[in-house]
Amino acid sequence: MTEQQALFKYCVRLGDNALIQSYRLAEWCSNAPMLEEDLALTNMALDMTGRAQMLLQYAGSISGEGQTSDDLAYRRSEPEYRNNLISELPDNDFAFVMVKQMFTSTFEYFLYLALMESSDKTLAAIAAKSVKEARYHMAHTSDWVVRLGDGTGESNRRAQEAVNALWPYTGELFETDDVDRLLQEKGVAANLEQIQIWWRQYVIETIPAAKLELPSDDYQHTGGRIGVHTEYLGHILSEMQYLQRAYPDAKW
Amino acid sequence: MTNETDLPRWEVFTQIKPGANYMHAGTIHASDKKMALQNARDTYTRRGEGTSIWVVPSDAIVASNPDDKEMFFDPSNDKIYRLPTFYVMPEGAKAI
Repeated sequence: MTEQQALFKYCVRLGDNALIQSYRLAEWCSNAPMLEEDLALTNMALDMTGRAQMLLQYAGSISGEGQTSDDLAYRRSEPEYRNNLISELPDNDFAFVMVKQMFTSTFEYFLYLALMESSDKTLAAIAAKSVKEARYHMAHTSDWVVRLGDGTGESNRRAQEAVNALWPYTGELFETDDVDRLLQEKGVAANLEQIQIWWRQYVIETIPAAKLELPSDDYQHTGGRIGVHTEYLGHILSEMQYLQRAYPDAKW
Repeated sequence: MTNETDLPRWEVFTQIKPGANYMHAGTIHASDKKMALQNARDTYTRRGEGTSIWVVPSDAIVASNPDDKEMFFDPSNDKIYRLPTFYVMPEGAKAI
């Protein structure tokens, strides 16, 4: 694997995480418990669409095959997607989306903070923009996790259920493979071990502050890095890619 | 439209640029100050409208009663000498 191939894979991974999170967040449009939160969640979705667009565009520009960001978003099949499994899980509950976004936005905040120092100038510029967004997402969702966990018996129960269900998907965020190792040597990629330390520190302070309990670290799901996904990604893509698949190159 | 589960209302004021007056942007719902600021941000400043936000609990606003409109505002309407345009510029005065 050349550095260029590794960088392509790295950007696709980051871009796919943003794109699939954006899709799930956008599903809250008109479904949030209050108008203000409807806007907050769709604002996050828009931030992530923008981030996905930048990262996939950059990926396309370094692949040597000249794909556009749209080619990468709409014309890859499920096993070619490299997002973390946590981002494709369906949100059946408001507590679920808040806990999920708290976990992932905290990860992204520390990830992009580290990537601001990347030796790759484009990646560093995208990181500088993303870190501001992620910081807000992290603050907004953390406040909600505390509000729900330390709220009523019912809201605490639902938030705890979300923590328990999502915890086994958090380990994957920090998995390091050949792509990471090659790019870390070049000073391009972030050190995920270090990010895991920061992430855990934040999360183990926030969860008890929300009167919630941390589950044990037993089984952790994996697969996103090699394109093995949950049953949910296929459904997302069949809807998201419908237009480009049915009417390739459609314009309006 | 209100119901029992609605959170308290807050008035939102945004400042377009440093030094400018804060302008009323609208109303949001929130349970506490932090949430009020975030909801104001998400509702009113996502198209580059602001550099700063104030949120004020709606019940902290003291409003004049529409029934007092005449008592409050009519007396000023017929006193044109309250307006600078009533006065003639003295000849030779340049920097007024």
